[in-house]
Amino acid sequence: MTAADPGTVTAAAAPPVSDSGGGSSRLPGRPQQDVVFPTRDQYVGVVRGYRDSGFEMCADLCGVDYLSHPGRRLPEGVAPERFEVVVNLLSLSQARRVRIRVQVPGSDAVVDSLFDVYPGTEAMEREAYDLFGIVFAGHPDMTRILMPEDWEGHPLRKDYGVGRVPVQFKGAPGPR
Amino acid sequence: MSDVKATAATDESGAPEPHPDTVVPPPASGAQFLQPGPGGEARGLLAETSEGVQELSRRSDTEPNELRREVGAVLRLPEGVAIDPSDIDIEQSDDETMIINMGPQHPSTHGVLRLMLELDGETVLRTKPVVGYLHTGMEKTGEELTYVQGSTNVTRMDYLSPLHNELVLSLAVEALLGVEMPPRSDWIRMLMVELNRVSSHLMWLATNGMDLGATSMMIYGFREREMVLAFFEKTTGLRMNHNFIRPGGTAADLPDGWEDDVTIICDTVMDRTGEYDELFTGQPLFRQRSEGVGTLSAEEALALSLTGPLLRSTGVPWDLRRSMPYLRYDEVDFDVIVGTYGDNFDRYSIRLNEVRESIRIIRQIVEKMPAGDYRVQDKKVTPPPRGRIDESMEALIHHFKVFTEGFKVPEGEVYVAIESPRGELGCYLVADGSPKAYRMHIRGPSFVNLQGLPVMMRGGLLADAVAVCSTIDPVMGEVDR
Repeated sequence: MTAADPGTVTAAAAPPVSDSGGGSSRLPGRPQQDVVFPTRDQYVGVVRGYRDSGFEMCADLCGVDYLSHPGRRLPEGVAPERFEVVVNLLSLSQARRVRIRVQVPGSDAVVDSLFDVYPGTEAMEREAYDLFGIVFAGHPDMTRILMPEDWEGHPLRKDYGVGRVPVQFKGAPGPR
Repeated sequence: MSDVKATAATDESGAPEPHPDTVVPPPASGAQFLQPGPGGEARGLLAETSEGVQELSRRSDTEPNELRREVGAVLRLPEGVAIDPSDIDIEQSDDETMIINMGPQHPSTHGVLRLMLELDGETVLRTKPVVGYLHTGMEKTGEELTYVQGSTNVTRMDYLSPLHNELVLSLAVEALLGVEMPPRSDWIRMLMVELNRVSSHLMWLATNGMDLGATSMMIYGFREREMVLAFFEKTTGLRMNHNFIRPGGTAADLPDGWEDDVTIICDTVMDRTGEYDELFTGQPLFRQRSEGVGTLSAEEALALSLTGPLLRSTGVPWDLRRSMPYLRYDEVDFDVIVGTYGDNFDRYSIRLNEVRESIRIIRQIVEKMPAGDYRVQDKKVTPPPRGRIDESMEALIHHFKVFTEGFKVPEGEVYVAIESPRGELGCYLVADGSPKAYRMHIRGPSFVNLQGLPVMMRGGLLADAVAVCSTIDPVMGEVDR
């Protein structure tokens, strides 16, 4: 596996934009976070490049469903899709964070797993699969983690009906 | 007992499935051994309790890759450190090993954690934590609540350090709002979260002692923690789930005479840590049970994204308070405690000494506490003071609006992380410009740290499994959210 230089990879993808939080620079002591928007094909390569350039840890991985908020701000050249997988990498040696946001279409919610790069994403990817239905190709154990195995639907999707959930143990025999 | 009877009765009535609504999980590979014979009543119960493929499968039903993952052999490690996959006897037959189930109702699993252990005699070969028994959809709830209400939600996640949860959400909201916090609010927050770290670590010392059979420690730990909780009750009104740290500051100022209360807590707990030293640190029984047990290397910890005392026990000096300071941690003096061997004893001494370091920080906070506002004087975020409501109709409306509609947060997304007693507690917040969070994700350190369990348990004794699990210090409310 040839590890891509993160500089070139990010240049090939959309350029890193600084934290869109706006006010964070004014808060004392909080370092800026870079945000990178690779495509699905570039995703694992970009992450691998960051790992090789000193980002030792994948701090967080989560999904976001932008179904009811399609007009979000994205840099030029990034086509919004329904889902986003957001990965927060952490460099202990440089005390830096970088955030990687991958667009994942709702019709084909599959991305490559980061398991080979950061084994610590195992539980986080299972969680994203469980709650959003995003499938991580290459994950060794793509099963639900928080919800019961026979649960229908993915609760954190925006079109998941809150309050219309059938009672799980309705048919179970009562205490007597 | 009556359950079985009821189910059996249904079966006698001739229905092949005991309950039409019960979905029998698809016959997952490996779950068959759990499927009992033709006894219908057992199958009915199994269908309601089985987690199917989430459970640990038999060796013969597990793919070699999955098997290697479960024993931690696929970790990206330098040669010589990594477990050589050929070392792992994946050909071992099922007859020689046994899969037992521990939890979710086991008293030593710190909540509803379920461990499935594969044993060869008394040696643990594989471990799989099965979580989700406490899942209440708090991230989904967080999308339905305004930012003002948000802290009541997150405070229930890690119920042993609720103030850290409130803090991380508040910091994320404030980062998106771009408000600058008054100094006193920062210092009050620091005081509260450090006291919370003391109470959380004391709770851990208590339960860890209990897990090893040291019942005195259980009583001592709870006794000292009670002092901290009494101060919390005086300040916030509640012992747990305070909703004290809110976006925009804190709910109230510190009560009169707080310096005396805090000093008494510091003096007493500092004194008592000496007693814990006598009880544990020098005690041969405790050392034999904890030294060299559940070892972890720095490479493993980093690869598995482990943080907090687990990571520091392997010798990596990583503490967000020091490395990426938030609040005013860059203005106080404290040491980051690191271990060497990454075993249970290191994790114990790190937590004990972090109690001392927290007390050191608290003493500095008492000295340095500035005067001023305890919440930001931004009318958009902060409701008017109680006194104004009686005399001004506008203030009343304003107050009402803040608590019913909430305030709007500009569009954006941010990831904020703080050092909770268990590790990196992160909050990824996406705002769409409305008063409610579009997506609120909490990176719970317990959830991620549990991934270290199979690696730490491997090759250990069953009797140590409880102790190893305890030194991770998982809080299931945060794992399952």
